Amino acid sequence: MKHHRILTANFHHDDQHKLSAYESRSGYQAIRKALKQEPANLTTEVKDSGLRGRGGAGFPTGVKWGFVPKDSGKPIYLLNNADESEPGTFKDRILMERDPHLCLEGMMIASWALGANWSCIYIRGEFSYPTVRMQEAVDEAYAKGYLGKNIFDSGFDLDIVVHRGAGAYICGEETGLIESLEGNKGQPRIKPPFPAVMGLYGCPTVVNNTETLAALPWIIDNGASAYRAIGTEKSPGTKLFSASGHINKPGVYEVDLGYSLLEFIENECGGVWKGRELKACIPGGSSVPVMPADKLKGVNLDYESLAEAGTMLGSGGFIVMDDTTDMVDACANLQHFYTHESCGQCTPCREGARWVESMVNRLHRGQGAPSDLLVLQNVTEQIGGHTICPFGDALIAPIQSFLMHYRGEFEEKLDISLDAQIGANNV
Amino acid sequence: MQNGQHQSGQGQNGQGQEAVEFGPELETKVAEIISRYPKKKSAIMPALYMAQEHIGWLTDAAIEWVAEKVEESPAHVRSVATFYTMYYKKPVGQYHLQICRTLSCMLCGARDLTAYIKDRLTVDAQVITEDGLWSFEEVECLGSCGSAPMIQINDVFFENLSVESLGSLMDKIAKEKPDLRYSAKKETLGEGMPEAPRSQAWNAEMVKFNKS
Repeated sequence: MKHHRILTANFHHDDQHKLSAYESRSGYQAIRKALKQEPANLTTEVKDSGLRGRGGAGFPTGVKWGFVPKDSGKPIYLLNNADESEPGTFKDRILMERDPHLCLEGMMIASWALGANWSCIYIRGEFSYPTVRMQEAVDEAYAKGYLGKNIFDSGFDLDIVVHRGAGAYICGEETGLIESLEGNKGQPRIKPPFPAVMGLYGCPTVVNNTETLAALPWIIDNGASAYRAIGTEKSPGTKLFSASGHINKPGVYEVDLGYSLLEFIENECGGVWKGRELKACIPGGSSVPVMPADKLKGVNLDYESLAEAGTMLGSGGFIVMDDTTDMVDACANLQHFYTHESCGQCTPCREGARWVESMVNRLHRGQGAPSDLLVLQNVTEQIGGHTICPFGDALIAPIQSFLMHYRGEFEEKLDISLDAQIGANNV
Repeated sequence: MQNGQHQSGQGQNGQGQEAVEFGPELETKVAEIISRYPKKKSAIMPALYMAQEHIGWLTDAAIEWVAEKVEESPAHVRSVATFYTMYYKKPVGQYHLQICRTLSCMLCGARDLTAYIKDRLTVDAQVITEDGLWSFEEVECLGSCGSAPMIQINDVFFENLSVESLGSLMDKIAKEKPDLRYSAKKETLGEGMPEAPRSQAWNAEMVKFNKS
């Protein structure tokens, strides 16, 4: 199947990160076109395109913009969320490295649509190379008069700042990001009020994912209906999937939404490595439920089909596991991640993450008590929905889904531990 | 810090908290960074990075310098510094190895890399080797899953590693002492190293596809 190239069209040009090269390939035409339109029309256009947030939640972008009050009298801010930290996800990184001006142009269009004169791209701290690339792009844009006062002679002023995070997963949550950008610990805020009403410095703020914003130039250039014509009715457009794990061709791939998941593994990912069999995949980053191979038939890569199958599209962080994978080991690995990244604000998450991890570890070592499986189920139910931000729900996705689909492997470890205990008692 | 390296591990700083001169160049730079933000407080994170690069880790003097620049209390600045893992609260080696341990890297052999490093350096995590050159820690997902397993050394990613390529990489670094800091001249960030710093995660197949 031939997929559309909306975000990755120019990835193969090695000079694409330079402003002159970007512009020679019709870059910065969409913003010129946008600046001649009423901002409200742009919001309508984005709503009509059906574009949904690509960071994980999948919320319709135009609808999110529509929540910003126009008459608050306060400044409005647009924040580009490039704090890409979801295990398995590295798509925004590649966007920033290969086509940084595309990311900037998307921010310019959104800023004009929202009436934001100050915007910031928050890049995860470990991404030093993408940060360098984005900063160079911003510097070039200022030098050319594409940022600063009166951009493109439109009378519109726009400043863009490249801000580097410092290694906290939670800052990818939009209110955590805002707290961090204000110069605080990145601990999420209670919603409501939502950032659209009260965000950065208490002002209306829109936080959009990098990939979401990078789709805007194409939508403005080609129109909402052209975007809508791609993908499925409820999941229009293309999506970047970053594929990793036990596959022959790991990498970032842009596919039309609605594409068959198994075909994606076979064609784009080059199949399971070492001639082995597929055991499981996590299609949307570590915070979405794992899917066993036998439940993947007929599942497509779009928001609805994946939800129906019992998982989520998430960030598109696509992790594949072959038939040699110890699922209790894999689960323990992910639970350690969540324990490490809990911001510590809410008790169910701060304490629960650690309990879950230590129980899974105990099972993995063959030292689990038979009651552990029940306690695990019970603890995760106490965490889900009981925290300020969705991190609590994210941290229980691995353990709940691994337990659901691979209970046998957990019980096998349990048997070993029982044997060991009986053995020890007999000595 | 004339030669532009993390020097904290080289002994002279040790556990010391000597007075540090930040110098007019850094003062100008931090003022420029602060001016980019609508509020000074937002510049805490970049200012902490600046102080850390200058000293090697965040001493009391570094915290106080940042607090003064952004007009916040040192206690607040410290609360920020301790929340984020990339701010060093104690010295690290001249080359700080961060091995990604999360799922995709683990599936592709990260544990072998960790075992190799432990074996080679014979120190525990977060402990500096006697020569001040190395320290290591296991870290969570570095967003380089398509080029697993990988490690980050100071600010540079080294991807698609094996125990063999990691071994020769460490040999090369120990011999040539390259500058692997974020602020290093951009084009030379990791230049000439066995693995390029830029991502190979979007792959050759896709380029071929696009060019056809």
